[in-house]
Amino acid sequence: MSTPISTPLRRIRVAGAAAALLMLSACEHANIFEPSGDVAQRQAHLVLLSTGLMLLIIVPVMLLTAFFAWHFRAGNRDASYDPEFHHSTKVELVVWSAPLAIIIALGSVTWVYTHLLDPFRPLDRLAEGQPVTAADKPLEVEVVALDWKWLFIYPEQKVASVNELALPTGRPVHFRLTSATVMNSFFVPAIAGQIYAMPGMASQLNAVVNKPGTFRGFSANYSGAGFSQMHFNTLGLEPAAFDKWVADTKAAGGNLDAATYLKLAEPTIAEPVHHFGAVSADLFDKVVNLCVEPGKMCVNQMAMLDARGGTGKAGLFNLAQLTYDKDGRPNLTPLTAARQAQLDQRLNKAFVAALCATGPAPLAAKAPKLTLSQPAPSPLS
Amino acid sequence: MIAHHPATWSPLLGRLGIDAIPHEPIVIGTFFAVALGGAAVLALLTYFKLWGYLWKEWFTSVDHKKIGIMYMVLGLIMFLRGFADAVMMRGQQAMAFNGSQGFLTSEHFDQVFTAHGVIMIFFVAMPFVTGLMNYVVPLQIGARDVSFPFLNNFSFWMTVGGAVLVMASLFLGEFARTGWLAYPPLSGLAYSPDVGVDYYIWSLQVAGVGTTLSGVNLIATILKLRAPGMSMMKMPVFTWTALVTNVLIVAAFPVLTVVLALLGLDRTLHTNFFTNDFGGSAMLYVNLIWIWGHPEVYILVLPIFGVFSEITATFCGKRLFGYSSMVYATVVIGVLSYIVWLHHFFTMGSGASVNSFFGISTMVISIPTGAKMFNWLFTMYKGRIRYELPMMWTVAFMLTFVIGGMTGVMLAVPPADFVLHNSLFLIAHFHNVIIGGVVFGVFAAINYWWPKAFGFRLNQFWGKVQFWCWLVGFWVAFTPVYILGLMGVTRRMRVFDDPSLQIWYVIAAFGALLIAAGIGAMLLQFGISIWKRDEYKVEGDPWEGRTLEWSTSSPPPEYNFAFTPKIHELDAWSDMKAKGVARPTEGFRAILMPKNTWAGIVIAGMATACGFAMIWQIWWLAALSLASIVATAIFHTFNYNRTFHIPAEHVAEVEAARTAQLAALSKGGAA
Amino acid sequence: MSSAELTGQYYDLHEHDHPEGGSTALGFWIYLMSDCLIFAMLFATFGVLGGNYAAGPGPKDLFDLPLVAVNTAMLLFSSITYGFAMIAMQSGKKNLVLLWLAITGLFGAAFLGIELTEFHHLIEEGAGPQRSAFLSAFFTLVGTHGLHVTFGSIWLVTLMVQVGRFGLTTANQRRLACLSLFWHFLDVVWIGVFTFVYLMGVLR
Repeated sequence: MSTPISTPLRRIRVAGAAAALLMLSACEHANIFEPSGDVAQRQAHLVLLSTGLMLLIIVPVMLLTAFFAWHFRAGNRDASYDPEFHHSTKVELVVWSAPLAIIIALGSVTWVYTHLLDPFRPLDRLAEGQPVTAADKPLEVEVVALDWKWLFIYPEQKVASVNELALPTGRPVHFRLTSATVMNSFFVPAIAGQIYAMPGMASQLNAVVNKPGTFRGFSANYSGAGFSQMHFNTLGLEPAAFDKWVADTKAAGGNLDAATYLKLAEPTIAEPVHHFGAVSADLFDKVVNLCVEPGKMCVNQMAMLDARGGTGKAGLFNLAQLTYDKDGRPNLTPLTAARQAQLDQRLNKAFVAALCATGPAPLAAKAPKLTLSQPAPSPLS
Repeated sequence: MIAHHPATWSPLLGRLGIDAIPHEPIVIGTFFAVALGGAAVLALLTYFKLWGYLWKEWFTSVDHKKIGIMYMVLGLIMFLRGFADAVMMRGQQAMAFNGSQGFLTSEHFDQVFTAHGVIMIFFVAMPFVTGLMNYVVPLQIGARDVSFPFLNNFSFWMTVGGAVLVMASLFLGEFARTGWLAYPPLSGLAYSPDVGVDYYIWSLQVAGVGTTLSGVNLIATILKLRAPGMSMMKMPVFTWTALVTNVLIVAAFPVLTVVLALLGLDRTLHTNFFTNDFGGSAMLYVNLIWIWGHPEVYILVLPIFGVFSEITATFCGKRLFGYSSMVYATVVIGVLSYIVWLHHFFTMGSGASVNSFFGISTMVISIPTGAKMFNWLFTMYKGRIRYELPMMWTVAFMLTFVIGGMTGVMLAVPPADFVLHNSLFLIAHFHNVIIGGVVFGVFAAINYWWPKAFGFRLNQFWGKVQFWCWLVGFWVAFTPVYILGLMGVTRRMRVFDDPSLQIWYVIAAFGALLIAAGIGAMLLQFGISIWKRDEYKVEGDPWEGRTLEWSTSSPPPEYNFAFTPKIHELDAWSDMKAKGVARPTEGFRAILMPKNTWAGIVIAGMATACGFAMIWQIWWLAALSLASIVATAIFHTFNYNRTFHIPAEHVAEVEAARTAQLAALSKGGAA
Repeated sequence: MSSAELTGQYYDLHEHDHPEGGSTALGFWIYLMSDCLIFAMLFATFGVLGGNYAAGPGPKDLFDLPLVAVNTAMLLFSSITYGFAMIAMQSGKKNLVLLWLAITGLFGAAFLGIELTEFHHLIEEGAGPQRSAFLSAFFTLVGTHGLHVTFGSIWLVTLMVQVGRFGLTTANQRRLACLSLFWHFLDVVWIGVFTFVYLMGVLR
């Protein structure tokens, strides 16, 4: 029922979108102050705390403004008038130090909480008074933002789902996120703040669901024509219910291999929920590295070659392996076996060339992962 | 190698073809309305034989006052366009519930919100503040014009050129559908293959050249052309804020030029700056554009702080409280504005320490801003406040802006930003500071300096209607937006599936209608005031002003000052009035002034043609217009004779007329 | 104090013309700083992207240092000869100014010629700006500098015509001084390019 997108994009058909919308509209917006996850709870707390701190100065300023504006009006001849009052060291001291004091307080809170609630940092607690122990092994979830839908891969359970995120309550969740197209922002307000999902790299988010329920999730960064419909339900399930969800998903079958993924990656609007009972093990890493399509060089391999000084002039023409979307959306024409062999051969050639250029050190498969914290080295650093 | 649509590119017209004409009924309707309106204006201009007058007296004028007024007119026209976009968005979002798709397709809606942002920042707020600085600064420092009058005219027409390109996108092709900062990869070739992003790039490039040059011009003017005796610490506060603003412009706009050029190269030459593949980095774009983008916010708001400082001092009948701390606060804000850019993308995952640094440096800006707020407050303290329109706007600003400041600091706390980023809370925040700060400030400034520019006051009744419609309308329109943001609703949504949100959008749309009424009242105020201008006539100093611009007649003569004033104190005109300095009435001398020139409008026109050619990839036209720009510029440099003398007799005549007018006025006052 | 005296204290009653051009030197400096920022951003871009060879060639494989050294020498010589032109201007020797300007122009043209040869060679090999982020950043940084030199050369020729026709007038002296600033500025930028892009690139 998904809507295929024809190029050029101006002719996007959204027929059927309304029906799909109704299916997805199970949950309402909750305000950010009533979350179901501990991280969101603490973030909301910080919103309130910073508001409170600032009201300490905003309220007096507004009251004084209103009072002065009224009292010193020209018509009020009882008010004193002193045109020479234009400097007072005491007043100056107060007007600079009062905001300073508030900012020192807020700045300290900011420093502490920014570190404590950094999305990349593993959780320190599941809820107030309930620290994370060694037994609380986080659930791994891999998130891919596609045009215009979300793909969730459970690498340990080896299942995947589109536009539905199921999470067990009371267990830390570690998300790894990427995008196969443009920048998106993964946001489930009920459980934690958002984080960007960007192509060619993986960001991370740590969170926990404390209360069961159905929560709204969406992209919080505009990503094109289907952006408004790019939302999903997050199911907060009791551990037993989550296990059942996994088992049901497995049982329902379907296999998300490279070919299925490439089909899925084609732009659609208001894609309905569907599941895959099996997933290729390295799919997410290949998505991050833009090399799901056969014959493509992975970004981490490329970065490794670059770190060794490139591949010399021998590598000048290995363009097809590197091209992902610079000339247009990823080319999704199905490959024939012969064509694929040809591409693989070219790729191998490039690697051999690289080896020759940089010496006989064995080219291990453990290329460095290109992440936000470990970007490619810069020549000036 | 060159990127173009293989099927539709032709050597003669590039990508431009019959399919570039839009099919949307709304756009076609707008096109006919604009075409008919434009034809009517052109016909009237021709009928009343105004072309020669406009060309000689305005278009080719190098008079900073006329250029300032033209900037304000440009800002006003583009404001109507940008507001029309806002109304369409409010309407769409109020309607598109329960399966309704509203009245805008995503194709159209996504252009509308992009155009709204781009137009309001670059072609409304920027022309307004540039226009104010252009008009007021030379008068405040006792100068006869800016340092580079020809450049000033050229800068203005480049800004117009950018605006023309944005408007052209409405009727030929389309505008960007990327949001106002056009983040790649969405703005890259793969995801935005049409001309929309190219319109974005080239309209901002053309206008950006103008803005940068006008920044250079005003810095040189303020540093070199101050009247004798006006040391830096005797400069009016508005001039100080203008100085810091123009330093920010010169230090920020080149960054925008570079980042847009690189995006343009990615799109036309297939380079790899911001691509996903071949080693490009979209994060680099986001960093670079915000290194420009954050100072830009202060470029808009600092001069407005200056406006409010002048108005508060004038209408409280007091010298500004804490002048030097006001100056230091301005400078500190200017410097700090360069080390906060990352707060626009905490959610990109830069790590806790980087996020904390940028979060805290952002909060630190609220200290000098807070000090400014207190200084206005203590200027009111023991003042005698006259509630003319400019002062009403000032009080409304103070009460509105502090809320916007508070929500801004909330967004600066990274963990809080993780839930508020990109939400409607953010939208409400920046409209709160831009409408509550910049827009209110511009209205205050228009009401304040209009009598100076035209010699008559603005109608008070319609001014008050405008004031209340805007103040109430703003809060009705944006309180729901704050609330929606706290409900976790994100920006740039076209359709909704949660019916519980609709009521808030309907309220916001109602607020937008109130604001529309406010705009109507403003236009009515202008119209009525012009109609009854003889009734509202004023002399040079209608507000008991404190700074030099009030020492000349209203409107000022083309040479501003028959004799350059000498400055002894801050608030020079107040000082002169207090000492009872008599205006010189004899001994006038010939005054050297710059000549008008056609070169600015002609070269800017060619630059606009060049931008248009680059958008549509009409290479012959691009090459031709670039060559013409160079040739014309060289030709222009062969003209060494760029000044003329206003004869002493003419000065004497003008000044005698003013003496007579002043005498009549004081007689009338005595009677 | 009499009213007339007071007026004299507050108005410059014996004012002389303020000839145009009084702010030109300052204004041109400010413009150069904004231009400097353009180069700063391009350097920063090169700093970020300069190691991203996209599994292609790096600086070591592509740069011909002896050629670039010759190129650098051309630009440095042109700066010296422009300096001689300015000295000649100070002593009012119009023809000498024109001679030195012509030599400066020739050095500038040689610089541009060598740069174009280098670019042509790279693109012909397949190492054009499209090949990798490193090459995009390289071509843009070096090319922007080259464009500046091109416009500087056009300006230089224009000024030679103007000095030839109108002599070393005040206005022309001011223009020569501005172009001098511009020309030396480009020299300084080039030293940065040569160091950061070429030398450090090959050293890595």
